[in-house]
Amino acid sequence: MTASTRFDSPADAVARLGATGYLCDDDLATVAFLGLAMQRPLLLEGEPGTGKTALAEALAAALDVPLVRLQCYEGIDATQALYDWDFPRQVLHLRALEATGGATGANLEEAEKSLYDERFLLARPVLTALQQSPAVLLVDEIDRADDEFEAFLLEVLSTYQVSIPELGTIKAATPPVVVLTSNRTRELHDALKRRCLYHWIDHPGLEREVAIVRSRAPEVSASLAAQVVGVVQRLRTGTELEKPPGVAETLDWARALHYLGTTDLDLESSSRTLGALVKYREDADRVKHALDNMLRA
Amino acid sequence: MATAHEIDEVLLAFTRALRAAGVPVTHDRSAGFLEATALVGLDGPAGQQLTYAAGRATLCSTPDDLVRYDQVFAAFFDARDGLPRERPAPPSRPVTSQMSLDEGAGEGDEGADDDVVRALASDVEVLRHRDLATMTAAEKHHLAAMFATLRPRPPLRRTVRQEPWRRGRVDAARTLRASMRRHGEPARIEWRHRRLRPRRVVLLVDVSGSMSGYADALLRLAHTMTQALTTRGGRVETFTVGTRLTHLTRALRSRDAERALVAAGSAVPDWSGGTRLGETLKVFTDRWGRRGMARGAVVVVFSDGWERGDCTQLGEQVRRLRAVAHRVVWVNPHRGKAGYEPVQQGILAVLPHVDDLVAGHTLATYAELVEVVARA
Repeated sequence: MTASTRFDSPADAVARLGATGYLCDDDLATVAFLGLAMQRPLLLEGEPGTGKTALAEALAAALDVPLVRLQCYEGIDATQALYDWDFPRQVLHLRALEATGGATGANLEEAEKSLYDERFLLARPVLTALQQSPAVLLVDEIDRADDEFEAFLLEVLSTYQVSIPELGTIKAATPPVVVLTSNRTRELHDALKRRCLYHWIDHPGLEREVAIVRSRAPEVSASLAAQVVGVVQRLRTGTELEKPPGVAETLDWARALHYLGTTDLDLESSSRTLGALVKYREDADRVKHALDNMLRA
Repeated sequence: MATAHEIDEVLLAFTRALRAAGVPVTHDRSAGFLEATALVGLDGPAGQQLTYAAGRATLCSTPDDLVRYDQVFAAFFDARDGLPRERPAPPSRPVTSQMSLDEGAGEGDEGADDDVVRALASDVEVLRHRDLATMTAAEKHHLAAMFATLRPRPPLRRTVRQEPWRRGRVDAARTLRASMRRHGEPARIEWRHRRLRPRRVVLLVDVSGSMSGYADALLRLAHTMTQALTTRGGRVETFTVGTRLTHLTRALRSRDAERALVAAGSAVPDWSGGTRLGETLKVFTDRWGRRGMARGAVVVVFSDGWERGDCTQLGEQVRRLRAVAHRVVWVNPHRGKAGYEPVQQGILAVLPHVDDLVAGHTLATYAELVEVVARA
């Protein structure tokens, strides 16, 4: 494996991910380091908006390899994840052969063979990742896919190769870095989990979140970032919300306040921009009430 | 400094301790842990932190595992004398507190008290209807055979994708292709319609003390539904609610009913315990339901709505649940009893947010329930 597709140490992972603007804690860095060193997929779970998908993007940027994303949904199957034959083009090719008289006699077998050429192969995300590897393959929201798809994915992830009956086996030169994310709408199968390194991403602490806001939204002033994060952290722990705001919402809110020219968080500007932070009417009421207490005090 | 051999032994002993605490550590997971610790290195001031992170990644696979892992890790490695100072608490100790129908009957529980009297009073009535709570072991055994006569069907939903069908909308592409095959001669018209897929079914079974007589039968029903619906491509998720939320889907996956029920029984820590229905429903909605499990699903709650404390939370949580679910069916075993009126506070709180309120005290009512679910 080349030096570029792995980290030297957990500290190296922190530094290189940090350079791309993804600030992770030591535990997550260790897991990322191990995943690359042991060539195991990473299984990331956690609240929405804590940066599961962002980690895959940051990994791709830090390792300077392409990111291939496979968004899972109910009913997804191998033809959408792996490969498909470009049927219309194959037909066109046949017609062309017909017109030039190439599909006769001894050439017949040849012509048939030419139908299953790699240029008629539509590579879907998993195959793309194997072909382009070294790459980062992000399998997003794997819990949305069906059990059967999980079994299929397991097969690919254990060998990092794909067999196409008409064409042969395609094997990745270097296994791609695989990141799986799950929202836990259903329990994944043990066989798949066993193969992965597991990490639960929590909401970051105060200092880290301020640092994240500062790095992702550098236009926001330091004092405003600190105030915004302080309020969000207190909302997460102290208030009963339908959907506690994630880091993504914190960023949105900080940017929204910045665009309004706010330098100091006050009741008026914060209630005008609340739509960036909470997405339920009930939550908006509760947050307004909580902000009232916090900002008055 | 210990030799490498000893370090491996210590680490393996740690995985054993973890397994004893209830984290499903297999051999290949242990091997992965050793490999990971060798990679991150154990020396230096950061060694312990790195070992901790490596173990979390390789040995755990659910948030529940993480909690246990933290406990065991602290007990195992932070011990100053080289021995664990305190034993990690077993992760799920059965709560043996009796559900007390009288204990909490303080102020505000008059309505609840009333319900006990009514339930007791109607027991005579119920015997005639073969109330499951009053059955002997032999009768229950017989019942197991009868459960096999239930024929649950999954509820269906329409998907975005379309499939060829006898009628519906004109499938232009297929019609044209068919006509091309006949060299442009108009052929018969092909049709398509939106494909039907099974909807997810979520069963929430109350196993608190007041429901203890029904719990066995309800789990059996859950098992029957799980088996029948999954063979037809549907998905059933089962949880027990009581003082805590327990995910039972995996335990009920076993084909053999007795084995599944034993597995379920040992998985549930709060059997015949108290009730914190509103709270556990909230946990379900927060951790599972809103994320997608209850979205568009048929949610069936088996409970008498017996809530200790404030019922407004219960009502609020059922409202939240219904906001994401396709349909919420409430099964109350007391409903089928003669003279039942939904006057009990918990039921009153949930009634406005429930699509169907069905009885659940005899096999016939279960057949009815299966029908309600299939048509939801």
